[in-house]
Amino acid sequence: MAMTARQRARVSLYVQAGIFVVAMAALILATDWKTLTTNVFNFGKIGPMFPDIFFSGLKNTLIYTFLGFIVGLSGGLLLALMKLSSFPLYRWIATGYIEFFRGIPALLVFIAFGYGVPLAFGVQWNVAVVVMVSLGMVAAAYIAETLRAGLQAVPRGQMEAARSLGMPQWRAMVTIVIPQAFRIVLPPLTNEVILLTKDSSLIYVLGLTAAQYELTKFGRDGISSLGAGLTPLLVAGAFYLVVTIPLSLLARKFESRSARTKR
Amino acid sequence: MNDVEIHSRTQSGRVHAAGVAIKDLRKSYGSNEVLKGISLDVAPGEVVCLIGPSGSGKSTLLRCVNLLEQPNEGSIHVGGFDATDADVDIDKMRRKVGMVFQQFNLFPHLNALRNCTIAQTKVLKRPQAEADKIARANLERVGLGHLADRFPDQLSGGQQQRVAIARALSMDPELMLFDEPTSALDPETVGDVLSVMRNLAKEGMTMLVVTHEMGFAREVADRVVFMDGGVVVEEGVAEQVIGSPTQGRTKEFLRRVLDPTHIEIAE
Repeated sequence: MAMTARQRARVSLYVQAGIFVVAMAALILATDWKTLTTNVFNFGKIGPMFPDIFFSGLKNTLIYTFLGFIVGLSGGLLLALMKLSSFPLYRWIATGYIEFFRGIPALLVFIAFGYGVPLAFGVQWNVAVVVMVSLGMVAAAYIAETLRAGLQAVPRGQMEAARSLGMPQWRAMVTIVIPQAFRIVLPPLTNEVILLTKDSSLIYVLGLTAAQYELTKFGRDGISSLGAGLTPLLVAGAFYLVVTIPLSLLARKFESRSARTKR
Repeated sequence: MNDVEIHSRTQSGRVHAAGVAIKDLRKSYGSNEVLKGISLDVAPGEVVCLIGPSGSGKSTLLRCVNLLEQPNEGSIHVGGFDATDADVDIDKMRRKVGMVFQQFNLFPHLNALRNCTIAQTKVLKRPQAEADKIARANLERVGLGHLADRFPDQLSGGQQQRVAIARALSMDPELMLFDEPTSALDPETVGDVLSVMRNLAKEGMTMLVVTHEMGFAREVADRVVFMDGGVVVEEGVAEQVIGSPTQGRTKEFLRRVLDPTHIEIAE
């Protein structure tokens, strides 16, 4: 009657496995497979999406993400340095910027730069420019906080040693402190790229030509043109994972590497 | 007034030596006065050891000399520079002053050789080849020529500290400051660092050394300065200050340092 701890653990495991199997079986039985495979995910409709999904959808997603990241990284570095400045005005500007752009939905920023700025200043902006500026300005706010933490994590002795060798402040920053800060923030920075990859889809608020479609817009367009239920959107979703999962693994690798060198 | 002007050394022709003249130096952190009017001269080519209990202000004094700490009052002359003049070119002055830290502070993203060349190329604008040659010669000088490719985390504490000394020497300093260079080291590596410093002293380098190594101070220092509570309590020839101190506080400190297991027996 009385069970040992090991027996109890085994029974508990069996019960959990049993519940899982029953739940899966119920889900499979309850699903209307005919409707699912015709209206929601239709395998036959995957074929027509290729190879265009590579040459417009995936390609543009990667380009938009890259452009946004470049602006976000340079802007973020500038903001981080401003935030650590001894000059109060710089700190206020940086803090204001960061709080503002972290606090509003990225979608509003896309609308502001996609419609507002062109209307207000009578300029015609290329889609790539709108993505670069909107995505970049939002990313800069997040990256700034990450980089600030990284810069502060570099021991003070590093700056002192560099200054003692006669390096001016900016030189010590560029050659000694910033390279070390980047090493520290490599994992969170990689996560930032993952977020950007997904946020690049927000450009859908602008009217895009087919050649400008990124993955999400490409998928939405496929729904109407192919009439294939949600198939194109689900395939587009899978393509995001093709980009983001390797990035995730990369971030984890950076993390374990820096954990090793820190001992 | 003070013999602080730079004078060339004849033996090597390359090394110059700069003296230091500190006058009535005061430094406070908030209401806590750490240096209460210090005056201290170091002649070119002289080796001066600063000793004293922790919190006595000796590290702060050393850090004031290359302006890692900003003094509140008084004056510091280093070589031809008036360090306390608001218009002094700090970077130019620091090129003449090598600094060695307790925690080494090597640049972890650069190997030993690059640690010794980075400031040469970026600050002194030496060509890379020339900087490499000077760096290798200095690594050789501290006995680590064979480890030039190693990164700091692949070196022992003693080796890191010797690379830090080579890094400072690669700038051809006229004065070397040492801030407790062996305090963070494993006991078995202390000797290597001290022998490098001993050789440096023999070559005629002007050195100001904050240390707890009484043996080293006694053997190498031309002069020993005992500080306590932000003032210079006693100074003089090493043999006299360490061997037969006249001040009570000096005696007390030395008794503790030289015989740490000594137990006071109440009478």
